[in-house]
Amino acid sequence: MNLEIILFILFSVIAAASAVIMITRANPIISALFLVLNFACLAGLYLLLNAQFIAVTQIIVYAGAIMVLFLFVIMLLRPEHDLTLQKKSKIKFMAAAAGIFVFAQLVYIIFFFSPNASQKTSVQSSINSGTIEQIGTAIFTKYVIPFEAAGYLLLAAAIGALVLAKKKFE
Amino acid sequence: MTTIPIEYYLVLSAFMFITGVIGVLIRRNAIIVFMCIELMLNSANLSLVTFSSYMGNSIGQVFVFFVMTVAAAEAAIGLAIIIALFRNKMTLNIDEVNIMKW
Repeated sequence: MNLEIILFILFSVIAAASAVIMITRANPIISALFLVLNFACLAGLYLLLNAQFIAVTQIIVYAGAIMVLFLFVIMLLRPEHDLTLQKKSKIKFMAAAAGIFVFAQLVYIIFFFSPNASQKTSVQSSINSGTIEQIGTAIFTKYVIPFEAAGYLLLAAAIGALVLAKKKFE
Repeated sequence: MTTIPIEYYLVLSAFMFITGVIGVLIRRNAIIVFMCIELMLNSANLSLVTFSSYMGNSIGQVFVFFVMTVAAAEAAIGLAIIIALFRNKMTLNIDEVNIMKW
């Protein structure tokens, strides 16, 4: 058992457990904190997959920026505890049954229709694919127009958020 | 490539996605529904990075970068909508927000 397997088991178990805890807590702040834990474990998994740039971006953008935004809104609105979590057990049962059914289908597809294992790539090409150099070259040459479009999307989102949250509708 | 088979990462990604779907279905707090959507986006990102790494091709990680951009824009707009909703109706329960229902 080498270090990679130990780290994979550790990160994946914590990520799965924190996702389940996140959707079952009544208090939104506890849910948000477990979502941060889930994002941190995902960053660890990205490092195991040799994706250094994506791992750092995951920590900065998701665990940093987006979750701070969520916690600020929870703090501003101070929502009451979600009391509907306990009742309506029929909907919960149906949702869990449908989810388990779809999950079984996905696992079946993943294990029985997986592509042939002969397409092995070398470790070196996998390490090279995750470097900032490779990703930056791809973004600023081949995908420069989507990159500019993403910039306009963020500008529109910033202006739209200001307009929406400014004051009451007439 | 590595000692871990690709299927394990994909099963973890599928599990997180299904957890997000169940969360959207059973929760009624608008903020938690939003967090479940972020969880689903992250599980899709995990699949993309897994395939990208096992193929030795960096295009999948470029796509993850754009998914993160869209997720940030979506979070900003969605939380602004939630604030406007709370100001007008004083609730975050999405069952009580049925003003567009015909």
